[in-house]
Amino acid sequence: MQEALRFQSVDAEPIDRADIVVQARQLRRGSEGATRGLSLTIRGLRKSFGDNEVLRGIDLHIPSGQFVAIVGRSGCGKSTLLRLVAGLDAPTAGSIAFGEQPRAQDVRVMFQEPRLLPWARVLSNVEVGLGRERSSADAQARAERALVEVGLGDKRGEWPAVLSGGQKQRVALARALVSQPRVLAFDEPLGALDALTRISMQQLLERVWRDQGFTAILVTHDVAEAVALADRVLVIEDGRIAQDVTIDLPRPRRRGSAELAALEGEILKHLLEGSEDTQ
Amino acid sequence: MSLIDSLPRVGAPKLPKVDGLIPWIVPLAIVLIWQLACVTGYVPSRVLPAPTDVALAGWKLLLSGELVRNIWVSFWRASIGFVIGGGIGFAFGLANGLSQLSAKLTDTTLQMVRNIPHLALIPLVILWFGIDESAKLFLVALGVFFPIYLNTLHGIRTVDPQLIEMGRIYGMTDGELFRRVIFPGALPSIFVGLRFALGIMWLTLIVAETIAASSGLGYMAMQAREFMLIDVVVLSILIYALLGKLADSASRALERLTLSWHPAFQKK
Ligand SMILES: Nc1ncnc2c1ncn2[C@@H]1O[C@H](COP(=O)(O)OP(=O)(O)OP(=O)(O)O)[C@@H](O)[C@H]1O
Ligand SMILES: [Mg+2]
Repeated sequence: MQEALRFQSVDAEPIDRADIVVQARQLRRGSEGATRGLSLTIRGLRKSFGDNEVLRGIDLHIPSGQFVAIVGRSGCGKSTLLRLVAGLDAPTAGSIAFGEQPRAQDVRVMFQEPRLLPWARVLSNVEVGLGRERSSADAQARAERALVEVGLGDKRGEWPAVLSGGQKQRVALARALVSQPRVLAFDEPLGALDALTRISMQQLLERVWRDQGFTAILVTHDVAEAVALADRVLVIEDGRIAQDVTIDLPRPRRRGSAELAALEGEILKHLLEGSEDTQ
Repeated sequence: MSLIDSLPRVGAPKLPKVDGLIPWIVPLAIVLIWQLACVTGYVPSRVLPAPTDVALAGWKLLLSGELVRNIWVSFWRASIGFVIGGGIGFAFGLANGLSQLSAKLTDTTLQMVRNIPHLALIPLVILWFGIDESAKLFLVALGVFFPIYLNTLHGIRTVDPQLIEMGRIYGMTDGELFRRVIFPGALPSIFVGLRFALGIMWLTLIVAETIAASSGLGYMAMQAREFMLIDVVVLSILIYALLGKLADSASRALERLTLSWHPAFQKK
C-alpha cells in the first residue's frame, strides 16, 4: 500500500516516476504502442467565466499513453479543464502543449451523453468519427472494425433509438476510437449507466486503452472507478490540482480488492475534508 | 395524429385486414344515416340532398367535363400558391435560423406582419389584382408562408446544441453540419409547419374562390347557389374535404418516409 501511494507536490518537476512506469509498459507493448499516445504538458492554465475564476493555475505533465483520472467536487472545473484540453474552449491564460502537433482527429472527447445522430444508422454514426477521412474508400470498413471492437458489430444497421443506454455509449466510444486518436478525453462517460453496465464499460475502456495505447484522460465523480482504471488520479480543488496520486497496481485490477479500497478511502477522505473546510 | 395514438400499444394482437377498415366504419355509417334521413323525408331535399343525389350531380358534371376542369384549376392554384409561399417561408426560416444578422434584420418585421389575418386583405387584394389568378395565388402564398416560416425557424433553433458541438468536434464543414445535423434535426418541426400550411392553403383558396373567381371549385359552388343547385354545393364541399384529406395523407406518407428514424414512426 505504501508502495502504491505517492503524493506529489504540485510544483515538483513534471517528470515523475509515473513516466517511467508508463514507458516500461510501452516497451512491453512494443514500438507501435509507444508512438500512439501523445504526451501533454499544461502550464499555468487559467480559465474564468466572467468573475468566476474556475481554474486558477493548473500545471500538469501527462506522459504519452498514461491513463489519468480527474476527480473533484461538482463544479470544481473538471469539465472545463477537459474542454480546454480538447480545444473546445480557449484558456484565459496559460498553455497546453502536446508532445507533437496533433492533427484534428488525434484528440477525441466522449461525453456523458452519447450525442449520437438519431437520424443516422449506427454505422453512419461511427463513420462521423472519421472526420475529414469520412469519404475515403475504407471508411465503412474502419467503422465496422470499430463497432466490432466495442462488441456491437451486429447493431450496425439499427437506429440509435432502439439501443440501450450502455449500447449507445459504446457506439459513441466506437465513434471516438475509429479515427485512432492519440488522446482520448472522457467526461463522465459512464455517469448515466447502471452499476453492472458501468463495470463492463470500465473493462471495455481499459481494454481498448491497452490495445490502442492512446493517452486517456477520464473525468469521473466515482473515486472507485478512478482508482480501478487509472495510472494516476488527480484531485482538483479550488481551481488547482490538490492531490496527484500514482496508482501503481498491476492490471487487470480486481474490483473490491483491499489495495483499491484503501486508495479510494484515502482520496475520498481528502475530498471530504476539503468540503468541510468550505462550510 | 393524437398523442395517444402514437404511443406504443401493449398487447392487443392485431387483425391486419380488419384493422385497415376500422377508420371507415364511422364515415360509412354517417353516409348511411344521411341517406336514410333523406329517403324517409325526415330531412327535406331543399336543405340537404341525399348522398345518391350528390353522387348523381357529380356524375353529370364529370361527364360535361366541368368538374375535372374546376378541380384542376383549384388544384393548380393551391399548388402554385403553396410552392411560392412555402418556398419563401422556408428560405426565410433557414436564413433566420442560421444567421443572426438575417434574423435581426427581418424576424421582427415578419412577426408583425403575421398578426394581420391574411384573409382580411381580400378587399385590398381585389383592388390590387382584380379577380385575376394572381389575387388567389397571392392570398394562398401569404397564408402558407407563416406556418412554414415559423416552424422551419423553430426547428432549426431547437436542434440539440450538443449535437451541433459534436458535429464541429468531428470536423464537419458548415455544409455537412447543415446536411447531417441541422436539417434532419429541424425536419420534424418543418413537417408540423407543412401540415398546418396545407390546411390554411385549402381554407384560403375556398374563401378566395367563393368571393373573387370565375373558375374553380369555390366558383362552382357559388354558381350552383345562384341556381339553387344544392346538390352541387354539397358536392363541392365534399370535394374540398377530399382534397384536403389527400394533401394531408401525402404529407404524412412523406413524413413516414423521411422520419423513419423517429421513435414515433418506428413499427415492429
Ligand atoms: N460556459 C460557461 N459559462 C459560464 N460559466 C461556466 C461555463 N461552463 C462552466 N461554468 C462554470 O464553471 C464552473 C465549473 O464547471 P464545470 O462544468 O467545469 O464543473 P465540473 O467539475 O465538471 O462539475 P460536475 O462534476 O458537476 O460536472 C461552474 O461553476 C460553472 O458554473
Ligand atoms: Mg462536468
